[in-house]
Amino acid sequence: MFYPLAGKLIPWFAVAAAMLTIIGMYVGFFMAPTDAQQGEGYRIIFLHVPVSWMSMFIYLVMAFWAAIGLAFNNRLAAMMASALAPTGAMFTFLSLWTGALWGKPMWGTWWVWDARLTSELILLFLYIGFMALQSAVDEPRRADKAGAVLALVGVVNIPIIYFSVQWWNTLHQGASVSLTQAPSMAALMLIGMLLMALASWMYTVAIVLMRVRCIILEREQHAGWLDELKEVKQ
Amino acid sequence: MSDTIGLSVLRGVIHRDLRLAMRRKSDVLTPLFFFAIVVSLFPLGIGSERDTLRQIAPGILWVAALLASMLSLDRLFEQDYADGTLEQMALSPAPLGMLVLGKVVAYWLLTGLPLTLLAPLLALQFDLATPSLLVLAASLAIGTPVLSFIGAIGASLTLGLRGGSVLVALLVLPLYVPVLIFGAGSVDAAAVGLGATAHLSLLGAVLVLTAFFAPWATTVALRIALE
Repeated sequence: MFYPLAGKLIPWFAVAAAMLTIIGMYVGFFMAPTDAQQGEGYRIIFLHVPVSWMSMFIYLVMAFWAAIGLAFNNRLAAMMASALAPTGAMFTFLSLWTGALWGKPMWGTWWVWDARLTSELILLFLYIGFMALQSAVDEPRRADKAGAVLALVGVVNIPIIYFSVQWWNTLHQGASVSLTQAPSMAALMLIGMLLMALASWMYTVAIVLMRVRCIILEREQHAGWLDELKEVKQ
Repeated sequence: MSDTIGLSVLRGVIHRDLRLAMRRKSDVLTPLFFFAIVVSLFPLGIGSERDTLRQIAPGILWVAALLASMLSLDRLFEQDYADGTLEQMALSPAPLGMLVLGKVVAYWLLTGLPLTLLAPLLALQFDLATPSLLVLAASLAIGTPVLSFIGAIGASLTLGLRGGSVLVALLVLPLYVPVLIFGAGSVDAAAVGLGATAHLSLLGAVLVLTAFFAPWATTVALRIALE
């Protein structure tokens, strides 16, 4: 059964996330060399880049589970999708936030209408739409399916939105600022970033499993097997 | 039955929806007046300087058209859902995809087409040059069907939900972004002499894509709502 297995796995992933965060932070803030052009300010990269990766990756995973849930009428998969959405939205928001904090000292502005920033913002809107739709439907099964259709429509749209935003930007004006770093990145920087990416990955798994367990408890409250659980008996 | 793909159904649905709408003309006119009012508000807020207005006209007209075509989205399925017609349609042997296509076409004829015809007139207020007017009309003619198709997905997903019309906006507006970019971009490009063909072709490509996929997604969503 999924529920107890998830319960057993959560501490492991949580510990892994904490450990990796500590190591990654240490590598990022104390070991990685200072950037030649950007000074110490660049160190927010160790938060910004992993968080941005996760924000996009989670949407894909969410759409994947939504598709499975819709195609095979699988309840657990649909629950996974709805458990992923808040975490994805949080990462998207964090990505915009850290990006703004990074942009202020480097570009001198909190926000530019750059292609990547704009598409990240639209991604946040897509997450919010998904969550709003799910919370507006009272019946859980219908919420799952409607959300799944929306997530899939969104996934088809993401490349179109991304390219349209990119073309919009390039057609208007040459990009005045570019997010691309100096081509060669110090190995330690890369290691720190990858560690942080792994950490946020572990964090996502832990938190999503936790949320799925909550959703299961909420939805299956009439199921017999729940009464057998020791945390319910207490 | 020789009509396997349901062309007669398509015609029937379009006829029916148009006739129903003609019985309630104010429903059709409200989005148009909304469009005209929103567009007229911008010069009042921004100031009446001609150069500025000419520059922002494509964006304003497109955003206003986008909002106006979204305003009446709940009309698309809501009434048929309330009186049970939609359920009968879903049960009928005719392909539901065709019925949806018919409803979207009728919806576009009632909102998108009038908007397209009205927009060049309003653009005159913004001192847009004549070639730009033509491009604006062309981009709206290609773009508004896309808005109707995507809107149909949103309308079917929120069918019968609390606060449906606000929710539709939240779901649909992010998906409208490419249409807005290419649509307003085409007028901009024409205004600076770059030629609008590239934008219009992209808009056409988006239209073909959505015309193929959106009725299908809408059918799935409708079946979920009717369960």
